[in-house]
Amino acid sequence: MSTLAVHDHGVAHHDEHGHEHHHNETFVSKYIFSMDHKMIAKQFLITGITMAVIAMILSILFRIQLAYPDKTFPLLTTLLGHFAPNGRISTEFYLSLVTIHGTIMVFFVLTAGLSGTFANLLIPLQIGARDMASPFMNMLSYWFFFLASVVMLSSFFVQKGPASGGWTIYPPLSALPKAMPGSGEGMTLWLISMVMFVASSLMGGINYVSTVLNMRTKGMDLWKMPLTIWALFLTAILGILAFPVLVAGVVLLIFDRSFGTSFYLSDIVLNGVQQPYEGGSPILFQHLFWFLGHPEVYIVIMPAMGISSEVMSVNSRKPIFGYHAMVYSLIGITVLSFIVWGHHMFVTGMNPFLGGVFMITTLIIAVPSAVKTFNWLATLWRGNIRFTPAMLFAIGMVSFFISGGLTGIFLGNAALDINLHDTYFVVAHFHLVMGSAAIFGMLAGVYHWFPKMFGKLMDEKLGYLHFWLTFIGAYLVFFPMHFMGLDGVPRRYYAFTEFASMQKWLTINTFITWAAIMAALAQVAFIYNFIVSIFAGKKSTQNPWESNTLEWTAPVEHIHGNWPGEIPTVYRWPYDYSKPGAEEDFIPQTVPFSQTMSSNLPHDFEDNPAGLEELNKYTSTLKAEEKVK
Amino acid sequence: MLMGTNLVNAQTPAAGTTEDAPQVDWTGVSYYVLLFLLICVGVAVVGKILKIYDLTLKIQGKKGLRWNNVMGFICLVFLLAGLYGAYWSFTVQGSMTLPEAASIHGVKIDEMFTVTTILTMIVFFLTQILLFGFLFKYRHSEKRRAHFLPHNNTIEKIWTIVPAIVLTILVVFGFFTWQSIMDNTDAKGEVAAINVDITGHQFAWELRYPGKDGKLGPKDFKLTTAANKLGVDFKKKSSFDDLSADTMYLPVNRAVRLNIQAQDVIHSVYMPHFRVQLNAVPGLPTFFKFTPTITTAQMRTRLDDPKFDYLVYCNKICGGGHYNMQKVVRVVTEAEYQTWLSHQKPYLTDGLRKELHFAAAEPQQTVSQNRLALNN
Ligand code: HEM
Ligand SMILES: [Cu+2]
Ligand SMILES: [Cu+2]
Repeated sequence: MSTLAVHDHGVAHHDEHGHEHHHNETFVSKYIFSMDHKMIAKQFLITGITMAVIAMILSILFRIQLAYPDKTFPLLTTLLGHFAPNGRISTEFYLSLVTIHGTIMVFFVLTAGLSGTFANLLIPLQIGARDMASPFMNMLSYWFFFLASVVMLSSFFVQKGPASGGWTIYPPLSALPKAMPGSGEGMTLWLISMVMFVASSLMGGINYVSTVLNMRTKGMDLWKMPLTIWALFLTAILGILAFPVLVAGVVLLIFDRSFGTSFYLSDIVLNGVQQPYEGGSPILFQHLFWFLGHPEVYIVIMPAMGISSEVMSVNSRKPIFGYHAMVYSLIGITVLSFIVWGHHMFVTGMNPFLGGVFMITTLIIAVPSAVKTFNWLATLWRGNIRFTPAMLFAIGMVSFFISGGLTGIFLGNAALDINLHDTYFVVAHFHLVMGSAAIFGMLAGVYHWFPKMFGKLMDEKLGYLHFWLTFIGAYLVFFPMHFMGLDGVPRRYYAFTEFASMQKWLTINTFITWAAIMAALAQVAFIYNFIVSIFAGKKSTQNPWESNTLEWTAPVEHIHGNWPGEIPTVYRWPYDYSKPGAEEDFIPQTVPFSQTMSSNLPHDFEDNPAGLEELNKYTSTLKAEEKVK
Repeated sequence: MLMGTNLVNAQTPAAGTTEDAPQVDWTGVSYYVLLFLLICVGVAVVGKILKIYDLTLKIQGKKGLRWNNVMGFICLVFLLAGLYGAYWSFTVQGSMTLPEAASIHGVKIDEMFTVTTILTMIVFFLTQILLFGFLFKYRHSEKRRAHFLPHNNTIEKIWTIVPAIVLTILVVFGFFTWQSIMDNTDAKGEVAAINVDITGHQFAWELRYPGKDGKLGPKDFKLTTAANKLGVDFKKKSSFDDLSADTMYLPVNRAVRLNIQAQDVIHSVYMPHFRVQLNAVPGLPTFFKFTPTITTAQMRTRLDDPKFDYLVYCNKICGGGHYNMQKVVRVVTEAEYQTWLSHQKPYLTDGLRKELHFAAAEPQQTVSQNRLALNN
């Protein structure tokens, strides 16, 4: 299946020149406009981490405002200028901070940073391909992402500040430049940035899908793919189908903003001035946005699920429990996530019957999520658990997914959502189930595949410190928010000082802020570990985690085309850990069954009658021998 | 770190003239930076000590620090501390949440909330205990091999079907409750609901009550002027006796239908004590019908808070003033309501009367002028 022309070139090349492979690579073609999937993965990762740090700093800034609403911090004025006059963040800039924090985290870190890094790194290496289907498009995908990031950040440098209508940019607020300062140039830049972002995402996604479908090595049928690949593959499909709809929504918004159309606008009197818009509907935008927006949250979480499944299986030294169920639940989530978007719109005035229908579909999607959770627990059961930092983060991902997923059952119930919508309960829900869970999946991936990316090992002890501080910090930050939401405290409020009933939450807000600062500082341990390990880390061996998947059969030193000589052939699924009768507690996918007669099971030959016969012969001779004794 | 300036320098006058920005107290900042660096050094020292300890153990021929055991124990400690923390949070912060629902449908919502909470919390505690319990129990040991268990169809079926059934039950109850709450028509034989018009704009709510006829006059945004803020159409009779109000008074135990509108951007009428929320969308009037059951006075005694008031909050991001867009709601007896209503001023003020008389002949022109003004 994998004999495309590209490969032949690769193979021939290695045969002829051996180790002189890198002779015609310049600095620019190797590190900047690289078309090698491993380098592009690193570019995505480092850009993603940078954006994450920026978005985290933004969150600390607005947390400071929430914790100390009546204090002044002259340093803020020094740093932010007119956005924070007299030592206090302005109300509008507060909303900008919230908006850009959300946008960067959801799209730039957890979509591009996560999928971009691991799809690029793992797809070719785990399915046995020399590179992506289209390396050039892959390079373009990164550079569009990079440009989108730059444009998004540049909006901090326009006079009126960045977009500030929330990451969901509902019109008319985002459509009327006079409605708030952030709806001026800042919003224009936001829209431009998102269009470029979607272009990047589509180029990446098409590449991932075609690579998985067409370039798998010999023997790698779909049911032998690791769950990481399944997850990244389905994520890419989701993205390809959902992101264009966001572009449609964004383009119509650009028209309303700049060309006087009324797609989203009608009957508007702004500051006492009648506006010439008629016949549009703000709700239309919300449909378009959430048609992407809901699949988007699964675009964010599915790679994290795949990574965690893989990491947990390797480090429990056990096969993932219910591999087929895991794949089918991913497929179920992929399909269902397209028909639940209306749960974000229960109280918008959408037809209540429609709300009822969306409530049914929404609670159905909780079933595959539950199945996944139980399967993870069953994977740990009677395992032999090694606590690498990657394993800890994968476990943290599961814990967060449970805690946050359960509150989804409240929100998915339209009747309960009446009082919970847009409160801190929702903030708690999605920061646990999506924010924290996906970040932990991403960090699990970074710790696990760091040796593959950089050929070095990260420091485990610093990893432990990083994990526990972040894990505890995230719970301290988000757990109390549920109760604020249940007290009816709305999200996106600049201060809780104006309502007498909210003042009792002030001490808890201060506490949350300090927990957030602690968790943020814990990231220094990660960044330090990451950078120092790249240059001075211990050299990694080829298969440091004793893992079965293909990427660990490639040499530590990166070479163009991934494997010297032929691409390995795959004979078995990736989860033969601790198989009874086997010598070691892992059997890589490249080991044929003929070499593991003592550990083969009838189950291994479900669709291979010749192999089964072979096995039966083997077991009967064994039995005969025993009788002789 | 950023807090540095604050704690040392909290007394910085906020009321200074806008031009001179407050001075940064760099000693305060550097104090916190130093503190952080100190912590880093501390962490590094502890790390080195651990390493040396580890090495000495190995030199003595022992195994060295067994991190898998250490982490396993920390998981157990986290589980116990976490369980206690969750319990503490539920009791202490859980008691700070909203009081009982003050409306008929709100009670139904609260019941459903309780059922959902019980079901989900069982799952929450069970799964988290299993998760961290397994981590401790099955931590790595050289002597053991993991149990090879790729799948088990029976148990997988069970844990697909059981959640499916539980969720179906929740959905069915939720669906019918939701349908009944959102039905804002008056049933046959029911006393007609009081119509109250609530309109959001940046950053306040406007209220309009119907007069004797019980009907609110129609509106058209093109008729909006400084005196006719809501754009009420006075070609219709029903408009003439409409009243404007500052506070939302509602008689207890009578159905109210809020007619919710927005003029500029999306707002959201959120009255958490009544379990009421519906967005106010420009160009799309929405309706929420509910029946308050507890008067403000009763709630004050129940909460033992003489200053308590029901409020409308804005709960959809709408600009800089979003965080302070409130309106007081008073639930009173029928008699109090009638007295209050008789004191409300008509929407049709003298100024508006004059303006209408004057402008009645050429309303079209005002609009087109406005348009011109906007287009340039
Ligand atoms: C157990 C299944 C889940 C259910 C039933 C569920 C349900 C909901 C509902 C109904 C809302 C809207 C709440 C509101 O605005 O009033 C919501 C919000 C949200 N959910 Fe979930 N959810 C589930 C899982 C997830 C997952 C897995 C993710 C992401 C990985 C996620 C991410 C989000 C986000 C980001 C929002 C908030 C968006 C916003 O308003 O800014 N949810 N969820
Ligand atoms: Cu959703
Ligand atoms: Cu508002």
